[in-house]
Formats: sequence, C-alpha cells, structure tokens
Amino acid sequence: MLTAVGSLTAMGVALGGMLGVAARLLAVEEDPLELELQAMLPGSQCGQCGFVGCAQAAVALAKGEASVTLCPPGGKAVAEQLAKRLGVTVDLGDQAPRVPVYAVIDEELCIGCTRCVKECSVDGIVGASKLMHTIVAEVCHGCSKCAQVCPTDAIRMVEIPLTLAAWHWPKPASPHTH
Amino acid sequence: MKLFPIRGGIHPEYRKELSGERAIEALPLPSRLYIPLQQHIGAPAEILVSEGDLVKKGQVIARRQGQISAHHHASTSGRVVEVTEIPAPHPSGLPQPTIVIEPDGRDEWVTLPEPIADPFAAAPEVIEERVAESGIVGMGGATFPSAVKLNLGIRHRIDTLLINGAECEPYLTCDDRLMREHAEAIIDGARIMAHTLGAPRIVVGIEENKPQALAAITVAASDFPNIDVAALPVKYPMGSERHLTLAITGLETPARKLTADLGVVVHNVATARAVHQAVRLGRPLIARVVTVSGGAMREPKNIEAPIGARVSDLIDFCGGFSQRPERIIQGGPMMGTPLPNLDVPVVKGTSGILALTAAEINERPADPCIRCGACVNICACGLTPVELAAHIRHDDLEGAAKLGLADCVSCGSCSWVCPSHIPLVHYFNYAKGALNARDREQRKTERTKTLVEANAARQERIAAQRAAARKPKAAPAANEVPS
Repeated sequence: MLTAVGSLTAMGVALGGMLGVAARLLAVEEDPLELELQAMLPGSQCGQCGFVGCAQAAVALAKGEASVTLCPPGGKAVAEQLAKRLGVTVDLGDQAPRVPVYAVIDEELCIGCTRCVKECSVDGIVGASKLMHTIVAEVCHGCSKCAQVCPTDAIRMVEIPLTLAAWHWPKPASPHTH
Repeated sequence: MKLFPIRGGIHPEYRKELSGERAIEALPLPSRLYIPLQQHIGAPAEILVSEGDLVKKGQVIARRQGQISAHHHASTSGRVVEVTEIPAPHPSGLPQPTIVIEPDGRDEWVTLPEPIADPFAAAPEVIEERVAESGIVGMGGATFPSAVKLNLGIRHRIDTLLINGAECEPYLTCDDRLMREHAEAIIDGARIMAHTLGAPRIVVGIEENKPQALAAITVAASDFPNIDVAALPVKYPMGSERHLTLAITGLETPARKLTADLGVVVHNVATARAVHQAVRLGRPLIARVVTVSGGAMREPKNIEAPIGARVSDLIDFCGGFSQRPERIIQGGPMMGTPLPNLDVPVVKGTSGILALTAAEINERPADPCIRCGACVNICACGLTPVELAAHIRHDDLEGAAKLGLADCVSCGSCSWVCPSHIPLVHYFNYAKGALNARDREQRKTERTKTLVEANAARQERIAAQRAAARKPKAAPAANEVPS
C-alpha cells in the first residue's frame, strides 16, 4: 500500500510540476494593453474600421498597425483617448472632421422586416414585424449597419444638424508664434 | 461701507456719455414681432400657438419644458402669422424656431394673474411660481431662468442678496437709466427676491461713475435698514458675479462652486424690476430696456423695446447710422457678440446694440507675443492668459484646463490689454466650447457602450432560454408535470 501511495504522490508531484512549468513556458500572452484599448472603444462591433469587431481593432491598435482615428462612431473623443494611452500624437485638427450622422427610416419604404432591429447593437430601432420601424435619434451612434441590411433601402444616414446649444467658436487663425 | 479689492482689471474708455443722459423712450410698435423659443440658457420652450391664432398681450405662447427653461409671452396683441425658423441673435446665425406676430395695434392685455397682495407674507414657492410663469430670466446678459436661481434658498443658506447695478461694460447705460427712473421698483423687486431666498441682507452694488443712479437708489432704499448701497470703484469687470461678490463681501468663490455656496446670490437690477412687475402687477416679461449706441449711430438712445422687435427697428428709431458701421454688436463691446444681420430680434438678454466704427474696434492682425506679462497682471481671475493660449494654440486643451481655463469668465480684458493684439479671449472661448463638445461626445460613447452591453446580455439570455426550451423537447415525457 505504501508503494501505491508513494508512487501516486510522486506522480502527482511530478505531473503538477510539469503543468506548472508548462503554464509558465507556454502561456498565451494576453496583452493588458489590448484589453484596455478595447474598453475605450464603443463595443458595438459595427465594423466600420475594417476589422471584424472592436476586439480585433484593439489588437491592431496595440500592434501599431491601425491609426487611432479608426473608429468613426467614437469620433474625436475616442481618438484622443487612444492617442493618449498609446503615447502617439495625432493632429486631429488636420483630419477632415467626421461629420456625425444618424440613421433615418423612410417610413413609406419600410416593410417591417425587422432586419435592422436585429442588427442594431444599441437597441435604437423600435418596431415589430410587418409594422413600420423608427429610429431613436439620440441613441443612434451612426454605425450604419442597419442601412446595409435594409432590403428596400429605406434607411439613410443623415448629418446631425448643428444646434445653438452645440455650436462653439472656431479656433482663431493665428500666424504668429508665442 | 467697507469694500474689498479685486485683483487685476482694466479701465477702458467708458463712452457712456453717448447715451447716459437720454431718458428711456418706448419703441413705437413695430409691424412684426419675432419671438424665438430659445432666449435663455436651458431647454427651448415648447410652442403653444400655431399659424392664424389670435393672441393677446402677455399671453403665454411658449411654455417652459424641463428643469431649466422659461416661458415666453406675446409682447402685444395680434395674430400669429407664421411659425418659422429665422437666424438667432447669436454669432453663429443658426436658424431657430421663432413665432412671428403681426400686431393688431390695440395692444390689448390678456387677463393677467392677480397681483400677490402681500408678497412678504407669501410662501417662497408662490413667488417662485409667479416668476417662472412670468418668463423672467437674468437680464444682465446671462439669461439664466430667475425662478431657478430664487430656488437656491432651499439648498443653501443665503445671507446676502446682491443686486448688480455695476454696469461695467463701456457704452451700456440701460441699467443706469433704469436705476435713475425706476429705483422704487428695483428696490421692491429686490426685497421680494430677498424674502423668497430667505436672505436677511441686500446690497445694491453700483459703480461710482453713475452718481445719479447711486443717489436714486439710496433714496429708494432709505426706508429699509437691511438694504445697503455700495459705491464700487470703477473697474472692469466689476459686474461679473464672482468679482462683485468678492468686492462687496470679501469672499472669493472657489473654482467649480457657485456664489450660493458662500451664501450669496446675485441678480441684475433689470431682473429685480421684472420681478416687481410680475408680483405686484401680474405682468410677464415682454419688454426690456436696450442701449442703442456707438460711434456710427446717429442718435444713441435707451429704448424700452418689446421682446421680438427687430434690431433694425431700433436702429431706425435712432435715426439710422451716421456713418458705415464696421461692426454691429449685441451686448457690450467687451463681452458682446457680433450680430449675423440686422433682422434678428431683441431678446430677453439683449442689453445693448452697438454700431461701432473702425476706429472704435481698433482691429489689427496679431503680432508675435513679446512676453510683456500685461495679460497676467490684469487677469481678474488670477490666470496666465499667455500660457493658456499657447496650450490651446497647440491643441493641448487638457493642458489649458489644468491651468484653470474653467475659471476664466471670458471678460476679454486680456485681449484688450495685449499690445500685440493677440485674440486671447477668443482662444479661451474656443477651448471652452471644444471641451464641452468633447464631453458630450464622451458621454455619448459611454451611453452607447452601456446600451451595447445591455443588448449583448439580452441576446445571451434569449439564447440560453432557447437552449433551455429545446432540452425538454428531447425528453418530453420525463419532464411532464400534470397541471
């Protein structure tokens, strides 16, 4: 019996040790930076950046393969956050500012297929089967996924109009240095 | 009365003599009135009338919505001819919904609410309600709904109500004239407001360059031992809420706090008069005194204009221009904003309309900074404008924010004093706006994220439920429970 206990203990210790070593040597590197970058992205998996989803975009960002200005729905705020985290400088002033858009459903054309409702990752579309749909403008973040799946092309992306409350003075043009 | 010094400040040419001796005149009723839905800080009012409706003077035509908003009333009786979008009296010139009224000439009042017989026996809520129903907003230019400000007495212990009659902006004389001609109404309105706030003490602050106004207010206040009149040294920006509080009480308002946190609430003299009219006469705010002045104006005047009269109506009443104005400004020359055109209406916050000549605005292209430090010396908020502007020029808005950008009151003294004509305050106005825009974007992204997470969680739950529903089908007999 002692031999059995001894051999099993020895096996346990040896296998445990091997597992421990393997965990160290063969560890899958999970980049904390990627996670951090992913948390900054909106997470709607809209794919406008050209990657499958936000996680893949974060990987590319961490490797330096993508520009921090890749996320259209995130806009300037996200670009600046990413640039700050990655320690890169981007001249956002030079970039053609992305005009913020939102989706509008042409109610004449909507057939109530609910495809857009299923596609919307922010639950911004209201409507039921065979009934007209509509978009909650404040919730829409302009990913345009709904417009792509609409079978009747009833969804247009429209510029968010500038309001008095959102307007602010432009940056003064200044040739001087100080 | 003991006063406290304020840091920095400037002494521009006041040029108040252009209109200071002109008594307030009423504007003849214009052919059309344009009443915008947004004349105040906060949410735009909700429209209550439609094309073709007949309205009476003082009738509510747009109702406040949300916590911070204001009612708007018809300034005279007539017919609503149109509800349309016209450029706002705002530097952007963006269109905004506006009610157009064609006066019928009868100037017939709607049935006004009963005057509050003894406001000092009334509950504060009653006065607040009346002020809100009367559409009163801060008339010094900030246009914050006054009823909300009178509410501050609930959460803060207010010991002083300051009535702002400093009128430190050059050219403007509307508050000066109001104090000379309607001192009793102002003092009565101030007493009503102090009662509402629960403030035992009232101080009226007036700059020394308005001796007649000082005398009139002193006489009107002489019966009330709790009212002091402070003759303030002439210095711009004495009329800023925070600086007035410092000069009179010696208390400096901390960053990101309100003067109410120090037990002080500040209201403009014109607001005090509007409160008097609302409470004692039941009259809503449908007119205001506007100073029309400037070197290019033929006959500068102080005009009591109905809300909604076009700027061009006021200019015509002053005999038009004596020479081509280089710029038309609403408000004062220091903090006012250029007007997009002369068809925009007078609104509740319009204190002045100035037609300035090229010599008066003295605009030149900016030269390099010579590091003289003048802007640092005169900054009434204790900031370093030169440094802030350098950060903003290089798009480092956070850097500017760390240096105290939020404490800047945009008084424009730094731009005024700069020998190189660097548009310092423009940088600050831009940066404040850009930072706000960024905050809004940030909030939107966060909201999107929350919604995405909620959506994903729901999808998962549905999938799990489906999976659970599928299982019993595989072995239906085992799970059957007799009901």
